Amino acid sequence: MIGLHHYLTVGAMLFVLSIAGIVINRKNLILLLMCIELMLLAVNTNFIAFSRYLGDETGQVFVFFILTVAAAEAAIGLAILVVLFRNRRSIAVQELNTLKG
Amino acid sequence: MTLTDYIAAAPEMTLLGLICVVMLVDLFVEDESRMVTFWLSMASLAITAIVLSATAPVDQSREVFFGAYVSDPFSQILKLGAVLFVAVSFLYARDYLRANDLHKGEYYLLGLFGLLGMMIMMSANNLLIMYLGLETLALSMYALVAIDRNNVLAAESAMKYFVLGAIASGALLYGISWVYGVTGTLSFNEISMALAMDPSLNNLPLWFGLAFMIVGIAFKFGAVPFHMWLPDVYEGARTPVALYLASAPKLAALALIIRILVQGLGELHETWSTMIMFVAVLSILVGNFVAIAQTNIKRMLGYSTIAHVGFILLAIYTGTDGGYASALFYALTYVVSAAGAFGIVILLSRRGYDAELLSDFKGLNARSPWFALMMLFLMFSMAGVPPFVGFLSKLYVIREVLAVGGVGLAVLMVVASVIGAYYYLRVIWYMYFEQGEDQAVLQASTDTRLVLSLNSIAVLALGIMPGWLLAMCIAILG
Repeated sequence: MIGLHHYLTVGAMLFVLSIAGIVINRKNLILLLMCIELMLLAVNTNFIAFSRYLGDETGQVFVFFILTVAAAEAAIGLAILVVLFRNRRSIAVQELNTLKG
Repeated sequence: MTLTDYIAAAPEMTLLGLICVVMLVDLFVEDESRMVTFWLSMASLAITAIVLSATAPVDQSREVFFGAYVSDPFSQILKLGAVLFVAVSFLYARDYLRANDLHKGEYYLLGLFGLLGMMIMMSANNLLIMYLGLETLALSMYALVAIDRNNVLAAESAMKYFVLGAIASGALLYGISWVYGVTGTLSFNEISMALAMDPSLNNLPLWFGLAFMIVGIAFKFGAVPFHMWLPDVYEGARTPVALYLASAPKLAALALIIRILVQGLGELHETWSTMIMFVAVLSILVGNFVAIAQTNIKRMLGYSTIAHVGFILLAIYTGTDGGYASALFYALTYVVSAAGAFGIVILLSRRGYDAELLSDFKGLNARSPWFALMMLFLMFSMAGVPPFVGFLSKLYVIREVLAVGGVGLAVLMVVASVIGAYYYLRVIWYMYFEQGEDQAVLQASTDTRLVLSLNSIAVLALGIMPGWLLAMCIAILG
């Protein structure tokens, strides 16, 4: 029987994968954007699992909002990516080092 | 939903309507008459402030839209502060933007949208609304940092800000999902009630969610160890953008932490206060020490922000009403001095030349004795020298920390402030006792000079007469 904790485990795995992707990836900024999307999907999985478990629709409503915001966020992220590429002719993460931090 | 619901949210709705008007008008305005957008934005801010005062709740809080939205004195004072400092940023930014061919409508529009996000955050009474306000603010700010499209540094810092900000939102959301799962609700009041009724909810999954939420909040505040983006963004962004980022959003961050941790998860104070304490102590130490090594004034102000955020977080750590009131006082007065300091940095810049280095302040006294004096006020206030307001706000926080028995923390705060005074006083040393190579006359219009002077004098005036503001903070949160 698949229960709440299975879904939560999937959510946690997706979350850890996305963090690992962000930390390990040094080559490509687009992969970074994909990892950010994956992170939001991990959160959505959690919300839906909890919503079903609690019998409360608020969590599902939250998921709709997260999906909308994720789309807006991806649009802005890609726009910044284009600006960056036009200036540097590269989207490699390791080359983002003009600023010290 | 009744009419009262709409009245409580009237300032936000007015602002949204006015933003749409400004956006439409801006489409049809030629580049040389872009001042129309500026004045329309200022008028929108003024109308928003009027609506805000007219719909002020007398002394009780009004919860509307099925408890999702709240209009109370706390949100009221923060919103007024945010509107004021967004207006001040617009005014300081105007001449700089015009001189550097950046005077497009976007700066004002994104600034107004950011303000809308901040106002929603300040009035949020549930985690969903808080998240939406936060994203409205954050998305506007990512775009704002990248506003100078041909600037490599700006693009790079925008990318860093975007990625780290998105991770922070992800962490915050992940924490929210766990808190929702444990308590079964998103409303701050209901979370707090559920935790008070059923102590068994105070368990590991809830702490897990809480930890993620604190990571998200600390990221948004720019507290150590999640501070990496802040100095980079301040340095990489054009100065007016850094000015915007450094002022009003700090008030929204305060609303974020007070609403979530105090109003929602107040029952868990024992659990979160330790985490907040570590973050705060690290912020004060790292912020003050690393700022000493900086040669770029914007970067130095970035690290100084981190140190000040540490003080605000320590005031939250106390968990007492007095502590929250001192956090509010600290945030409001810090924003005054941060806006002024960035205003002076903008004042020293001119076409094609950004006064970014500390050495640009050398000999400022010979060029403009008046603005050197104003910068002296601001630096003394940030360093915490009496009788400026920075001293009092630090004193109140230290007093509240002592009241909960944090003697070690209080000593640390005093020592760190003394160390921090070095890099503020260095700016003053440069201004008064060093010869500068740059002898250009400062160019600024009369209204900018006037407001900048008032801004700096306010630091002294608030320091001499802090009573009314402090009484207000205590009345709101005490």
